[in-house]
Amino acid sequence: MQLKKRIQDRPHLISRRVLLKRAGALGLLAAIQPLLPACARHRSLPMTPIGRQPSTLSGNLIDLVIGEQSFVLDGQTGTAMTINGTIPGPLIRLKEGQEVTLRVTNQLAESTSIHWHGILLPPKMDGVPGVSFGGIQPGATFTYRFPVKQSGTYWYHSHSGGQELQGMYAPMILDPVDPEPFQYEREYVVMLSDWSFESPDRLLSNLKMQGGYYNFQKRAAREFLGDVRRMGFWTALQDYLMWHQMRMDPTDFADVTGYTMTYLMNGLSPSENWTALFGSGERIRLRFINAASMTFYDVRIPGLTMVVVQADGQNVQPVTVEEFRFGPAETYDVIIEPTDQPYTIFAETIDRSGYARGTLAPRAGMSAEIPERRSRPLRTMEDMGMAYMKHSNGSGMTMPDTNPSSEMPSMEHGQHDVGTHDMASRSPDSQTVSMVPGSQPVKHGSDEHGTGNQTVAEYSWNRFEEPGRGLEHSPRRVLRYTDLKSLVPYPDQRAPEREIELHLTGHMERFMWSFDGKKYSEAKNLIAFRYGERVRFTFVNDTMMEHPLHLHGMWMHLENGAGTYLPRKHTVIVKPAERVSVAITADAPGRWAFHCHLLLHMEAGMFRVVEVSGYEP
Amino acid sequence: MSVRAVQWPVVLIGLLGVTIYAPLVSAESRPIVSPIKSAHHSDALIELNTGGPQRQGIDVETKSVALSSSGEERTLLNLSPKESWPSPVNDEENRLFTLIDVLEYRPNMSKGERTSDYRWDIEGWYGGDYNRLWFKSEGQRDTAFKADYDVDFQLLYGRFIRKYYDVQIGPRVETQTFRGSNVTRGLGVIGIQGLVPYNYELEAALFIDQNGKVSGRLSLTKDLLLTQRLILQGRFETNVAVQRVEQFTTGSGLNNLEFGMRLRYEIWREFAPYVGFSLDRSFGETATLVRQEGGNPSQVRFVTGVRMWF
Repeated sequence: MQLKKRIQDRPHLISRRVLLKRAGALGLLAAIQPLLPACARHRSLPMTPIGRQPSTLSGNLIDLVIGEQSFVLDGQTGTAMTINGTIPGPLIRLKEGQEVTLRVTNQLAESTSIHWHGILLPPKMDGVPGVSFGGIQPGATFTYRFPVKQSGTYWYHSHSGGQELQGMYAPMILDPVDPEPFQYEREYVVMLSDWSFESPDRLLSNLKMQGGYYNFQKRAAREFLGDVRRMGFWTALQDYLMWHQMRMDPTDFADVTGYTMTYLMNGLSPSENWTALFGSGERIRLRFINAASMTFYDVRIPGLTMVVVQADGQNVQPVTVEEFRFGPAETYDVIIEPTDQPYTIFAETIDRSGYARGTLAPRAGMSAEIPERRSRPLRTMEDMGMAYMKHSNGSGMTMPDTNPSSEMPSMEHGQHDVGTHDMASRSPDSQTVSMVPGSQPVKHGSDEHGTGNQTVAEYSWNRFEEPGRGLEHSPRRVLRYTDLKSLVPYPDQRAPEREIELHLTGHMERFMWSFDGKKYSEAKNLIAFRYGERVRFTFVNDTMMEHPLHLHGMWMHLENGAGTYLPRKHTVIVKPAERVSVAITADAPGRWAFHCHLLLHMEAGMFRVVEVSGYEP
Repeated sequence: MSVRAVQWPVVLIGLLGVTIYAPLVSAESRPIVSPIKSAHHSDALIELNTGGPQRQGIDVETKSVALSSSGEERTLLNLSPKESWPSPVNDEENRLFTLIDVLEYRPNMSKGERTSDYRWDIEGWYGGDYNRLWFKSEGQRDTAFKADYDVDFQLLYGRFIRKYYDVQIGPRVETQTFRGSNVTRGLGVIGIQGLVPYNYELEAALFIDQNGKVSGRLSLTKDLLLTQRLILQGRFETNVAVQRVEQFTTGSGLNNLEFGMRLRYEIWREFAPYVGFSLDRSFGETATLVRQEGGNPSQVRFVTGVRMWF
């Protein structure tokens, strides 16, 4: 059952029509682009998913209005915070090389902000209240202005409190100056998100009171009996007792689940079935954006393979996959070649408690079968960073879901055993292969990060080779971070001069999240980069959950062994007990936010400010 | 019966305590700057409207952006010195949590007359992740431990330590009947509460009363999931005392042991009716005192109630 919040219907502060009129009168509104159906939802314009009018904004001057609106989803009404009256907000489409001015007017009763996710821009334009500026006060308009220095698929969203969860997100496409290295006849934005009728504060509060509040897939008596049949009584009992002994829950995959979330594709629920049409023989570019506040998705299109051509807006060497794990805030562009039949775009949540779904069809009204959801995965001793224990301790530690192929990947791809801290390791002859920092397991130090951190990963190592927990048995070809190789080498090929190690910490029982055991409010120091340096930023995940880490203002070059072809990303998933290194060229002076992009983790304190200092013009 | 009359003063003391302490706790946290309400923001408004001098701290870069766009005067309203900027995240919020773990009716079948015995066990806190003001209240009527009724209330400061435990310290007030009249005493409490290995909720406390008499209490509860919503809670509690305090039905040594099973159904996480039973037995001097007060030192009780939190 759902806690029904008292829902207030509020008048539209500004209707889309009025906005369009104003914008039109000023000659600001861009042409409607038929290839890009909007992902827009508007209450006063009930529309079928097919034939939905696009809402695209282009040009040098764009006006956005933040307002509060009622939002109807599957017959239930809630209150949303919207950009220009829709969820998602309007697609902003710009051209690389142009300069854009975006005026954001706040018609809410509270402060707001817009952050341009993954966009390189001056620090004052980044839109993070408390880091870049003071926020946009009620009734005020803030003018953002920046040159567009990149291309690709991005998005923008509120960076104030829980507003992102309440509907403030939208796609952003930056068209390149040079022709793209792949061809397609049609394109669609597929923006995944999640919606709850409970307020963000309510969600956080519930989790603070009871860490497993939304988890209705815990191990109960029935599952125990099943495991007894499968594993024998003593083995099953030992396994259950072991998790109880550690005071951990192996079913903890999503803090907020399908119990309260409705999973959306372009603003539509699975039953509303967002549908995109295609012509026969067309190649289609799908621009996947994960705008979910708290949800990892596993995305696939049964019957089709997807060729990944961009990750986080950056060209990569094409890689053909059938499924990819999709962290909040990441984007992937894929090319598909459907034949004359309908397909389901199926985005299952990591904990399998729900899914977002849409349809690709040659004609309106068609739909394909919705796949069955897979069973909920289980954490293993590896996710606890206790992999060595497993080997030495025998059958007592063997987990029911442990896949032999996922054991200690470090030995399999440690081609260059030069040690984690050897900075001058990239030999000039290795163009396409390089050392992966953390390929050898690293033992955790003695610092347990204080009382706000529940566990530490005794050993951490790089897990880019693994598709992720819950996908390890997949018969499908699943995208791995080691598959991502930049199409062309990026200019700065220096080896990192120094390393900054940051531990991802938290407490599941109390829903505390932090870096190095300290919440943002407890952290005394900024993370300091020197202007111009090439720095290695290493993340060690001491928690039992995946975290999508997002750095503002600069690219993170994923040190995934791709030699000079390291891909660059704005958001990087760090798996449980994983050690991930990224190389950063500190070329953006100023203060930048760095945080976990699970909204409630960030709000609970998993946030830092990075400062790039020493810039002398 | 005077039970009602007795329990209200205790509740009032508690409420008073909360009112006194709550502002202290919240004052510790960083104020959440709400710029629209801040005096500074309205200053800025006035200045700009009257064309007054520009505030220091507006940096050149943003100013140029503001002036070069057509929304210049509106944009300037946002430019405030960094000191007035809000925190980017709100990770220090204080919250109020109340758990009514036991609130139950215990039909009495051992006596000829039907009595409506009851029991409650309520606790909660106000505070953040590390520092909390705890309040606890237990009350019972006719158990093997307390022949007639017993109500107590605690107000404790708690500090989160060692990853799983809250160390608690503060005062406790206890009231019960003794030979037909009410008696009350004050006690000091030092205790620890938290999750021990194997997921048992532990609560252990040491009490020293106003006359220096020492006693202790230990309770352990554990949830077993039969389904996602049908949950069996095992509960163990024991009381011990160093000295005999006759007025409070307390002999020296082991006072009592209680073991209960409560099967609840979580209609919502926050609301779960339950049924169950409780085995309760007092020992030694305590058992003698219970008998003297007309109670039964060994009881098997069926219970029905509701567990709630908010």
